[in-house]
Amino acid sequence: MLEFDWQFFGLLISNGALIGLMYSLIALGFVLVYKATDAINFAQGEFVFIAGLVIAAMVVLYGAPLWLAIVVGLVAMIAFGFGLERVMLRPLIGRPIVAVIMATIGLAAVLRGVGPLAWGAETKALRLPISDDPLVLGPLFIPPIQLLGASVSLLFLASFGLFFFKSRKGIAMRAVADSQQVAMAMGINVERYFALAWAMTGVVSALGGIIWGSMLGVDIQLSVVGLKVFPVVILGGLDSILGAIVGGLVIGLAENIAAGYIDPLVGGGTKDFVPYLLMILALMVRPYGIFGRETIERI
Amino acid sequence: MALYPLPIARWTVAAIAILMFVVLPLSVHEYYLSVVNLASIAIVGALGLNILVGYTGQISLGHGAFMSVGAYTAANFAVRLGFPFWLSLPLGGLMAALIGVIVGIPSLRIKGLYLAIATLAGQLIIEWTINHVTWISGGMQASIEVPRPELFGFVIDTQREMYFFVLIFVVLAIVAAMNLVRSRIGRAFIAVRDHDIAAEIIGINIFRYKLLAFAISSFYAGVTGVLYTYYLGVATYEQFQITTSIDYLAMIIIGGLGSVLGSIFGAIFVTLLPILIRYAMEAFGGLLFSSAAVLNIIPNLRLILFGALIIFFLVVEPEGLSRLWRNIRNYFRVWPFAY
Repeated sequence: MLEFDWQFFGLLISNGALIGLMYSLIALGFVLVYKATDAINFAQGEFVFIAGLVIAAMVVLYGAPLWLAIVVGLVAMIAFGFGLERVMLRPLIGRPIVAVIMATIGLAAVLRGVGPLAWGAETKALRLPISDDPLVLGPLFIPPIQLLGASVSLLFLASFGLFFFKSRKGIAMRAVADSQQVAMAMGINVERYFALAWAMTGVVSALGGIIWGSMLGVDIQLSVVGLKVFPVVILGGLDSILGAIVGGLVIGLAENIAAGYIDPLVGGGTKDFVPYLLMILALMVRPYGIFGRETIERI
Repeated sequence: MALYPLPIARWTVAAIAILMFVVLPLSVHEYYLSVVNLASIAIVGALGLNILVGYTGQISLGHGAFMSVGAYTAANFAVRLGFPFWLSLPLGGLMAALIGVIVGIPSLRIKGLYLAIATLAGQLIIEWTINHVTWISGGMQASIEVPRPELFGFVIDTQREMYFFVLIFVVLAIVAAMNLVRSRIGRAFIAVRDHDIAAEIIGINIFRYKLLAFAISSFYAGVTGVLYTYYLGVATYEQFQITTSIDYLAMIIIGGLGSVLGSIFGAIFVTLLPILIRYAMEAFGGLLFSSAAVLNIIPNLRLILFGALIIFFLVVEPEGLSRLWRNIRNYFRVWPFAY
């Protein structure tokens, strides 16, 4: 009988939890849009990619200081969010949900093409001013970037939660999500809140781009992170911020543990496989997710 | 609904048949014929996807994977058991239909976004399975070489022979699809798309027809995969990744959802687009950019045009090229009078 390796297990757990929280950050962008506008953003990963690329290109190609690059990236993504809502999403209001899904798939293709065309396809390093040496906590090694990512992610999840439940704008946004017609009748400017939701997604994507970009390097592979968003949001519930946290944690832990123990047996790739298996199970048992609003529709 | 609404339609079809079977193969250079072949294969896949998305209103992001199922099934039968193409081709299609139904089962409970994500999961899981199970994919490269198709001792080898080989299946696919959508099944599909609850009330078994749509659509996809395999001479998963699924969605959106003619237009358009971009860039790109830059521009420009066209057609002309074609035709039908 093989001795159970507690240190290895602990590493998998801590690493999985931190990565999971970083997934939550990207999932948050998805949830924000869905919550407010009922639109599904299949280009979430590409949002993260393009934001990371703008910031990395500012630093690497034009020699800007990091803070300036981050400010430019944030402003660019906010402007992009507003513009996108005006040009693409607004004409699609009231059309079948399939149309919005396919439009964002088209958007994903455009972003994948525009980024490398404008700033080159090679991997760019995005270095944050933190050390690479892992923090040693007893038997665990924790890379500082993951710790930073997880804390930023928790911070934002908490502040968006507060925003939605305490602030006037947040409550208006929930009203819009609940019923657009009633919200309009109450004097809420629905289109403005749609635009606001997309701009907020832009901000979250920019942060995701910084954190994931500095961990993986900025190239087209960054957008693959977006594929992990779907298991996270389905598991947690599409319109729940708490769900994004829990879903992210579950997916991060599951894929890390599975990769740690199953990868040696099948020769890799478990990380890309297990989240989707979990998601299929979730879809079969509880399609609205752990914390999602349950809409009963019988056919 | 008759297949030929006007007598002139009969003549048009006859003229197109002569063009496709006689004039084109005799007059066109081999390279262009290979482009025609690729477009023809794409037509089969686009028709299948349109039956599911355009007619039944379900969505699938997993058609690339269904094609790979067909491709690997046929390749395995052809290589291990030495089956001829006329056996391995339908077997590939049937296997894809089976997998398609399994992936489509969630459509009984969920729709819209959830179905899109479930089929996306199907795509990724099938891709992973084919890549990691060597029994299916035959070794490290995950690709299987297949022999050339053979009929009564006659080996189909050159582009020209391949052209006829593919064309026969394309004609079969088009005729089958046109007849399907005007039959009871096709009308049931349209009823499910337009309003599922109303369809249920007038006595359409939604579950059965949704699964049937998945089965037929995946059968088409599987046949497309087999045709690709025989055309390329090798079954490789690289041909059938998630980008392929999106390419086919682009075809039916650009061509026109819920239209057989639209699927054909879309498949031709999307196959020609990268080739046209390459020609244009090779001709004029050198004037503006260095040759290394041109090599970087071509694939990216293709992606951008692709996405932009999808968005453009969704926002501006949801019925796609087939609608544009109808507008032009109706304009000339009464020309020079306005009405």
